[in-house]
Amino acid sequence: MKTAVIQFPGSNCDMDAVHAAGAVIGQQAIPVWHTETHLEGFDAILVPGGFSYGDHLRSGAIAAHSPVMKEVKRLADKGVPVIGICNGFQILTEAGLLPGALGRNNSLHFLCHDVHLRVETTHSPFTNQYQQGQIIQIPIAHNEGSFYADAETLSRLEGEGLVAFRYVTRDGHEVLEGNPNGALNNIAGILNEKRNVLGMMPHPERSVEALLGSTDGLGVFESLLEHVAGGVK
Amino acid sequence: MKYLAKVYVTLKKSILDPQGRTVERSLHNQGYASVQSARVGKYIELTFEGDKAKIETELKDIAENILSNPVMESVHWDLEQVH
Repeated sequence: MKTAVIQFPGSNCDMDAVHAAGAVIGQQAIPVWHTETHLEGFDAILVPGGFSYGDHLRSGAIAAHSPVMKEVKRLADKGVPVIGICNGFQILTEAGLLPGALGRNNSLHFLCHDVHLRVETTHSPFTNQYQQGQIIQIPIAHNEGSFYADAETLSRLEGEGLVAFRYVTRDGHEVLEGNPNGALNNIAGILNEKRNVLGMMPHPERSVEALLGSTDGLGVFESLLEHVAGGVK
Repeated sequence: MKYLAKVYVTLKKSILDPQGRTVERSLHNQGYASVQSARVGKYIELTFEGDKAKIETELKDIAENILSNPVMESVHWDLEQVH
């Protein structure tokens, strides 16, 4: 599996993503600068976290208009798996690859700690190696992670099973205490209609080795590998 | 002709505005009891030179598709001639 990891001015989780999608699972992951316009030959695309363009205007807004994003959109339309993590999620919503938007955390605090997530669907290229309903622990690090969508979009996401991850408490309860940022319906990650684009605020690439305190994020990269290898659709 | 566009971006009324709420609470704490509510938005100035009709078309596109996110924000603008 050959994964492109897109780098914008201000990306700072890019090399962690290269490590996770590359060395950790024994595959190729290559950093790609945002001015690139051809991503042919990559099996998957990862839009990493960070602070593209210093979060100026809105988080992800300027990156969403960069040259590489036209190519990301073209390949996403063709079915190539695309995953946006944290700022990458914000970029994908701003670029229209995913519905909704990410607003300021309701506490107005920058949050940087572990959260618990429930895997809401295993039917995606990013979650097929998890168990339905599995509780995983991975970190968040964001200022604007409060997922918002209008009522119609929200009910479509829920109705079509496009919520990939939901914030829960350690024992799996979907309550306010488990929700770090005020996201509607405790949503931490969503899929597009074709299920080949995932956006999530938590950082799976930061929990792929025991040394990091958790290996619960590894499933995202193993799922992607399984999907690309042709084992799971 | 030169023009100045003043673009105002605010969160939609239906969206919780945590910055506005914080400002409101702080003002109340300082004794400004008559303040009913506060909302925080963005103000962006753009200067243009050229044909007014073309500028108006471009400004609408810029304001609605780049400077604001229609999922969460409302936007309005004024365009005035400057010397």
